[in-house]
Amino acid sequence: MKVFKTILAIAVVGLITAFNLKTDANGYKVGDKIEDFKLKNIDNKTVSLSDYTKAKGFVIIFTCNMCPYSVANEDRIIALQYKYESKGFPVIAINPNDPKASKGDSFADMQVRSKEKRFNFPYLFDEGQKVYPKFGATKTPHVYIVTKNDMKVKYIGAIDNSSRNPNKVTEKYVENALDELLAGKQVSKTETRAIGCSIKIL
Amino acid sequence: MHKFIIFTVLCLIFLLSCKKETTNKDQKTKENTIVEKNVEVGAVKSYTYNQLKPLLEKVDDKIYVVNFWATWCAPCVKELPYFERIRKTYKASNVQVLLVSLDFANQVEKRLLPFIAKKKLQAKVVLLDDVNEDVWIKAIDKNWSGALPATLIYNKSKRKFYEQSFDYKTLENELKTFLK
Repeated sequence: MKVFKTILAIAVVGLITAFNLKTDANGYKVGDKIEDFKLKNIDNKTVSLSDYTKAKGFVIIFTCNMCPYSVANEDRIIALQYKYESKGFPVIAINPNDPKASKGDSFADMQVRSKEKRFNFPYLFDEGQKVYPKFGATKTPHVYIVTKNDMKVKYIGAIDNSSRNPNKVTEKYVENALDELLAGKQVSKTETRAIGCSIKIL
Repeated sequence: MHKFIIFTVLCLIFLLSCKKETTNKDQKTKENTIVEKNVEVGAVKSYTYNQLKPLLEKVDDKIYVVNFWATWCAPCVKELPYFERIRKTYKASNVQVLLVSLDFANQVEKRLLPFIAKKKLQAKVVLLDDVNEDVWIKAIDKNWSGALPATLIYNKSKRKFYEQSFDYKTLENELKTFLK
């Protein structure tokens, strides 16, 4: 009986551990403090989070030119910047792809796309692909909301619940999180997922 | 003491058999609904997650290799031939390949069907067209971030999810861990 109990105990512990195992994806989790970065914008000027003296926080979006899921979200990203920059949460887009691995995602291509779509937000190039691994971004688009006073991640995930079809959106995750933060509340849904393109590296 | 052991074992058996029964039942009703409801788009059927779910948890003697991909996803396109090769090579070993496309629903005729024809894909292709990705991505695998490509290999007793690209050898080696 003692043996049986021990086996049972081991099995239970084993199961619990198995379910709690972290994914192999490294990088920031909700609640983690982030490091500032310095990346080149499409206007050739560098951008850092510390440049934003008046911001309350940031909507950092890993996105790119070539991923159809990113393209499908461009208008929604523009709308986020339009609505939330003035409220203290500017959008900062970062292209994490290595142009050698993803034709059409070069700095020059980013400049073209930004002009075509009249991006109203900075579109930064993660040269050498050094920033996205710190965040643990795995795909485009991939959103991180960070509050400035503590530089902590408050939300990771999707823009809304229908990435492929904007007409079918019924829940706007990022807007809800930002509204909660602006109202001084905790973010209720801190982690969501959506289909995206894997980040392209050689 | 002995009573306790017997009781636990009986409980387990009871629980397991229950689960199996309901799954089978669910599967049957769901498969019926699929026949009734899903929209046929050319040769590719469009599924909601609830319609696709039974295909991701079959309880029989086969091994299922399910690849999540899209025509616009370069690493996906690159590895598709490996899945075709697996399908051919391991047909006799009860291996079935299912290609779940995450293309845009409005591009099925323009992109997906011509792609299938051009690449002469023989494996079954279905389109997963459903909102609330957050819900079904987590349901398909709790660790899947949603990046493509991704692959699920399962049989009735084992299940493994891969958020990664494959070369043929790695894919075959993974499959072999399911073959006995």
